[in-house]
Amino acid sequence: MELFENSLAPKKVSMDNYNMTHLDELESEAIYIIREVAAQFERPVLLFSGGKDSITVFHLARKAFWPGKIPFPLMHIDTEHNFPEAIIYRDNLARQFGVNMIVKSVQDSIDSGRVTEETGVNASRNFAQITTLLDAVEEGKFTACLGGARRDEEKARAKERFFSHRDDFGQWDPKNQRPELWNLFNGRHRIGEHFRVFPISNWTEMDVWQYLKKENIEIPSIYFTHEREVIERDGVILSKSPFLTLKPGESYQTRKVRYRTLGDMTCTGAVYSECYDFDDIIEEVSATRVTERGGRADDKRSETAMEDRKKEGYF
Amino acid sequence: MSYMDMTLLRFTTAGSVDDGKSTLIGRLLYDTKSIFEDQYQALEETSQKRGDEDVDLALLTDGLKAEREQGITIDVAYRYFSTPKRKFIIADTPGHIQYTRNMVTGASTANLAIVLVDARNGVVEQTKRHSFIAALLGIPHIVVCVNKMDLVNYSEDAYTEIVEQYQEFGARLDVNDIRFIPISALKGDNVVDRSESMEWYDGPTLLYTLENLHIGSDNNLIDVRFPVQCVIRPQTESHPDYRGYGGRMAGGVLKKGDEVKVLPSGWTSKVKSIDTFQGEVEVAFPPMSVTVCLEDDIDISRGDMIVRPNNSPEASQRIDAMLCWFNENPLKVGGKYAVKHTSRDARCIIDTVQYKVDVNTLHRDQDDKTVGMNDIARVSFKSTLPLFADRYSRNRLTGSFILIDEGTNETVAAGMIL
Repeated sequence: MELFENSLAPKKVSMDNYNMTHLDELESEAIYIIREVAAQFERPVLLFSGGKDSITVFHLARKAFWPGKIPFPLMHIDTEHNFPEAIIYRDNLARQFGVNMIVKSVQDSIDSGRVTEETGVNASRNFAQITTLLDAVEEGKFTACLGGARRDEEKARAKERFFSHRDDFGQWDPKNQRPELWNLFNGRHRIGEHFRVFPISNWTEMDVWQYLKKENIEIPSIYFTHEREVIERDGVILSKSPFLTLKPGESYQTRKVRYRTLGDMTCTGAVYSECYDFDDIIEEVSATRVTERGGRADDKRSETAMEDRKKEGYF
Repeated sequence: MSYMDMTLLRFTTAGSVDDGKSTLIGRLLYDTKSIFEDQYQALEETSQKRGDEDVDLALLTDGLKAEREQGITIDVAYRYFSTPKRKFIIADTPGHIQYTRNMVTGASTANLAIVLVDARNGVVEQTKRHSFIAALLGIPHIVVCVNKMDLVNYSEDAYTEIVEQYQEFGARLDVNDIRFIPISALKGDNVVDRSESMEWYDGPTLLYTLENLHIGSDNNLIDVRFPVQCVIRPQTESHPDYRGYGGRMAGGVLKKGDEVKVLPSGWTSKVKSIDTFQGEVEVAFPPMSVTVCLEDDIDISRGDMIVRPNNSPEASQRIDAMLCWFNENPLKVGGKYAVKHTSRDARCIIDTVQYKVDVNTLHRDQDDKTVGMNDIARVSFKSTLPLFADRYSRNRLTGSFILIDEGTNETVAAGMIL
């Protein structure tokens, strides 16, 4: 009967029409992953940094449970070396969408003696925040931490799973990862272990920008060009901040810059660029010849800097 | 063409150190301008440190310390590039026999497999292994790249001979679409740009093939399959009575107003709406993530499946399947495992191992039934709950499952339902 009706239909829909664009397919994949997390884990949390990638994941999580609310809290590991614009953005977002935003401070971990602060001109709280993060995961009894990491960011991340297992010390064992096939994700774990889950693993920097534009999502202002006092050190353009110690001979200069990635002020490099809206950024990204993490001093410490940090429990 | 019209193609490559696989990927990334300057610089530095003459593009894909030290790829690496037409996801997997599990993993989501053949050596064991795994995992399209044509003087005869060799063997594989391209990954012939040294070849380049291959019908668009992932019940003032079922279409085309049946209860209802954050949609098809609302209030939870009344998968507790074993501890006949199939979790007990398949010769071994790491075997099991299963050849999403060791929680096997 059904076949008969179809053949009478005035316009037959061609199978060719059941195609999705790459952004729609990536979105659908991410929503699927986020729903799996809510279904498989008792206590998930979304790690939120205020950067464009975690903003994208937050937006996808809203979509995944619409018209319901996101059934888990957000958590920010605050190094207190952040760009003030990122903190303002974070607080606004929590207010606007009525989300539970947990903030854990690296300063507290330092004050309580859990970690020792790095010193010296290139000091960063990059390693220190691992302790704060793992303590917060343990304290909150979180079993899954959603994050915005992407495989195209860095070579060690290219091997990362969507559901990435962490042992009870929070460590990643890259050589012993669970195989992931089809759309079947194994989130089984013992007490004390947890998972990191990366719904936008398959997105590139370009995909994220295109998506932010398509969805008209607000992002922190420092992604767009503005004037800022900076110095150049080892090829990285660093912003003036209370946390930066000038070396002899260095002095600040006011330049037009923007950020392609958001980390701590102490180690995130700016780029000289004129991008005032998403279109400008998309155009720049498609022409650019340096990866977005190319401006991150923390990745330049050694060839396997990211892998080493990830094994310890980094994002 | 704007990026709003781009589609996504996932493909897999398999190969070992010498067959030029990494060079080919490096070439695709490099010629489509997907390698960045800082990445290239890092490669140059590492190559120099190791005393290599040329920049080793393989280092691009070998991201882990152990891999770079040993010059081998241990794990599946995912790489991305795009052209104005398509975005590509490469699942790059090592080709050694001991890494069958990675090849299987990479192949499970791929629309297309690139099989590399060294023009000097022709079809070898490894070629057969890669092709067999691609076929077993139901990859719809295989592109056989006859590589290193520069080393056989771009000879048409050499190429034709290999194509014939492959076709003879490929006839035993269940793949409809097999294509051949003579290339030199090192020199760039027929990868992105047409070769000037092989005028006898009038087919498309590899990139052209990747960009233009028709993939719209790779998904099953006939049998409606909607595994319920989660129930969405906001219970808010604005949506006090909303009850929707979140999930991702695994088959068929579901329309608003369609009559549906819910498994396992067998209750029928009609699709009231198909919701997304952006609003209602009229139809849903794979791989869309949507929320389905039904006219009637029936009890549905995760693990249930929404289908059409006249087109149901088999609800079975006895499953026959091909299994790829991933774990150091061999499969235990009579052993119990957790099984994940669509959004459904069950437990199962392994009944029998019928035979093992030699991935190099496709020979079926009915005597040695020890299924260890990287082995592929035909097995049957009983599950505690009925699984709503289709044959894998009919639907890769409702025909696949994984087995989990209940003691270690490790994923120990991937299965394809027969």
